[in-house]
Amino acid sequence: MSSTTLLKESGPREVFCGLTSIVWLHRRMPDAFFLVVGSRTCAHLIQSAAGVMIFAEPRFGTAILGERDLAGLADAHDELDRVVNDLLARRPEIRTLFLVGSCPSEVIKLDLARVAERLTGKLNGRVRVLNYSGSGIETTFTQGEDGALNCLVPSMPVSQEAQLLLVGTMANAVEDRLKNLFGRLGIDKVSSLPPRQSTDLPSVGPGTRVLLTQPYLTETAKALRDRGAEILQAPFPLGTEGSRLWMEAAAKAFGINDIHVANTLAPLMVRAQKALIPFKERLTGKKIFLLPESQLEIPLARFLHRECGMELIEVGVPYLNREVMEPELELLPHNTRIVEGQHVDKQLDRVREQSPDLVVCGMGLANPLEAEGIATKWSIEMIFSPIHGIDQAADLAELFSRPLHRRELLNNKLLVSA
Amino acid sequence: MELTLWTYEGPPHIGAMRIATSMEGVHYLLHAPQGDTYADLLFTMIERRGSRPPVTFTTFQARDLGGDTAELVKRNLREVVDRFQPKALLVGESCTAELIQDQPGALASGMGFNVPVVSVELPAYSKKENWGASETFYQLVRGMLNKSPSEESDQERSPTAWKSQGRRPRVNLLGPTLLGFRCRDDIIELEKLLDIHGIDVNVVAPLKASPADLMRLPKADLNVCLYPEIAESTCLWLERNYGMAFSKTVPIGVGATKDFLEELHQLLEMPAAEPGQGAQHLRLPWYSQSVDSNYLTGKRVFIFGDGTHALAAARIADQELGFKVVGLGTYSREMARPVRAAAKELGLEALISDDYLAVEAAMSEAAPELVLGTQMERHSAKRLGIPCAVISTPMHVQDVPARYSPQMGWEGANVIFDSWVHPLMMGLEEHLIGMFRHDFEFVDGHQSHLGHLGGQQRQSEEHQAQTEHSSTQPHEVPSSEESPLWTPEGEAELAKIPFFVRGKVRRNTETYARQAGCRHIDSETVYDAKVHFRA
Ligand code: SF4
Ligand code: SF4
Repeated sequence: MSSTTLLKESGPREVFCGLTSIVWLHRRMPDAFFLVVGSRTCAHLIQSAAGVMIFAEPRFGTAILGERDLAGLADAHDELDRVVNDLLARRPEIRTLFLVGSCPSEVIKLDLARVAERLTGKLNGRVRVLNYSGSGIETTFTQGEDGALNCLVPSMPVSQEAQLLLVGTMANAVEDRLKNLFGRLGIDKVSSLPPRQSTDLPSVGPGTRVLLTQPYLTETAKALRDRGAEILQAPFPLGTEGSRLWMEAAAKAFGINDIHVANTLAPLMVRAQKALIPFKERLTGKKIFLLPESQLEIPLARFLHRECGMELIEVGVPYLNREVMEPELELLPHNTRIVEGQHVDKQLDRVREQSPDLVVCGMGLANPLEAEGIATKWSIEMIFSPIHGIDQAADLAELFSRPLHRRELLNNKLLVSA
Repeated sequence: MELTLWTYEGPPHIGAMRIATSMEGVHYLLHAPQGDTYADLLFTMIERRGSRPPVTFTTFQARDLGGDTAELVKRNLREVVDRFQPKALLVGESCTAELIQDQPGALASGMGFNVPVVSVELPAYSKKENWGASETFYQLVRGMLNKSPSEESDQERSPTAWKSQGRRPRVNLLGPTLLGFRCRDDIIELEKLLDIHGIDVNVVAPLKASPADLMRLPKADLNVCLYPEIAESTCLWLERNYGMAFSKTVPIGVGATKDFLEELHQLLEMPAAEPGQGAQHLRLPWYSQSVDSNYLTGKRVFIFGDGTHALAAARIADQELGFKVVGLGTYSREMARPVRAAAKELGLEALISDDYLAVEAAMSEAAPELVLGTQMERHSAKRLGIPCAVISTPMHVQDVPARYSPQMGWEGANVIFDSWVHPLMMGLEEHLIGMFRHDFEFVDGHQSHLGHLGGQQRQSEEHQAQTEHSSTQPHEVPSSEESPLWTPEGEAELAKIPFFVRGKVRRNTETYARQAGCRHIDSETVYDAKVHFRA
């Protein structure tokens, strides 16, 4: 354990709930539908987080509980059956239906697991109905993906075969590239969870070695371990260093010759590090403050510090899973201030005191900070952008240098503090 | 239980946030889980607000539920009063907190704060955003006025008090809020307009009003109800309790602005308004009359939005631009009555719905040449290839322009002319492209991106969305009865018809062919069907 400073804070937070992850999950698996069982708030949250991306008919929706459901006037289970039937009649292409629990459904103790089981039986295997919770009383933002993947694990077929399983949603192009690289290393059987089709679940068993692509998949990792898979310990594939260590962890587990690995990755590293130079120049010595939101804060801080020379003022995380984060924490400089949890007002006070050059934060906070003269970066962008792997390191750095670059471009006299 | 894909309105506490955030010196303590904090981005992103909404979320978690969530509320209340020192404290709960019944309002009232506490109970499982805004505004006004009974309260009031007091008449402008459609500029426009007519503005609320301003409301001679969705209940209460009359015309469009001025002059018993006064920069009537506007004649327009803006748009379209309204509706159930009446006058049946797919279906059925709607209708229209202008919330960031662009008053009418006609001109250009399509490469799907601000990625998503749409929802519903076959000649005839009505013509022709017993549709059948449906 490195000597980072771990602090805990509690109070009012400013963070999305786990429902938000539906925004990227539904795009990853076009044959799945995410049905939130919740309130109008839940529907409004997803729609606001999805922002301008309005689809013809999105593959997510909300079964909004009404007074009748709460008063027990209508049997909520029957009602849910009715909604699901209507939905599936309308969307015959759906193969997997996720019933997603919310705060209201948890508080009234709607047993969605039972409903899911019953519906799966009733639908006769035509559609698999699964369930997890994205509620804000239990999950933050990216944790929703952990729930979704975790509930897929029991359906994964058994296999003894030696294989590498990449767990966590990444941009498709980046995923293809990484698979190709693993192939060059000599790992041919590489599959992904979530798959691109919900029916196309990868297998799992004692021969399976898992690399997490995202740092928020604690429960999924546990479930996979319970199914015999080995979870490889490594930093996350952000930046050249993290991505290299991540790939090397797999190579080692598959017993691949070190020299071959080094020979394969070295040219990529050289190229990527060269591409990083202009961004590093802009970022070196700049102070960054990461507010807790996506769980990517620690790996990002590690990259920004070690490869871009940024000074870490504070690294906020919604929650800290030491086991998963250990390899990352070891790479952070001594006395990095890591704050778990949040008191948003106090944290913003600290932001103002420290006047960082860049703040990574949620969408609700960005413009208010900009108006105070503080440059910001939306943390949700890290979720949507192709940033994983050695080749993407410069793109990742560019995301952080853009706000600073922009400030240089704009005439200083025109910048306002509204 | 109701299946919802996209909603026009948020839950009622979003309405309360709109009121709190619109005002100055109000802080809203909202008992809610962490995810509900998403609501901040509506203000800071859609409206680019440069400061956080004055809202503190208690963000209770599952582990708190076993313990003392009431204590959590109290701790937050103390901190809020301490840190923000509000002039009025609004206390309420969101959907989840409503279920655990901590009664934060009662808790706050019992804590002996030296601040007026207004508790708002907004039933999250039956009401929506605009209702929540209206109720919150009403509770705040009531709360502030009841807390300081002034001499005004008992006094019988009259809208003509200004005469005896030897001053200009003064009115309150009630209803403008953040996340309302162009409220910021409407207020500026109206203040100018009223000033020209010798009328002063006493208080504008809730936008930019302080709790102290609310206490000054009864000093006005008249309330102007600008957005009935938000302000009507408050106006009614002020009428009942303070004898204050209120005006009901919403001054959007030339005719409505004239009516509005007349109504005000009458209520205030002022000499009749000089109609042209202040209207020297009004251009809509002349632009509409000028010869190049001839092509606007009878343009089929489909209107959907909140009650206020849909009603105004229908009147302008019908009476000021010479359009033909082919569909009118609203998602505001509270406004269903007047919208139904207006639709009836236009020979239509109003669509009262908050299901955007039902609205899209109605739009497609009506085959309009222009859609006036919300951001939802913009997307539907885009999919159907129909030009669209946004006239109402819910809206996107690009619907909050940097430039001055009111909807109300004379300048509002000018803005409306431009913003409705512009997409049509783009549509016209497309039509010309259509006419000359044999002269150069022409792709049917090549419509302009009206108001498009999205980047490449978004564009391709839209395309993805479109393909998904067509694969799951085939346009031609395969019917069990035998469908007539289109001959190449028939198809060629159909291809000459503008793309935005082609779907409808295809359907009509098939219906006609079935009725008439034709097995094949050739060009003659298309003409026959045209005559048949025209008759
Ligand atoms: S925090 Fe709870 S109530 Fe709010 S949107 Fe998330 S799941 Fe729904
Ligand atoms: S920006 Fe994209 S989402 Fe918004 S209106 Fe344009 S196309 Fe639609």
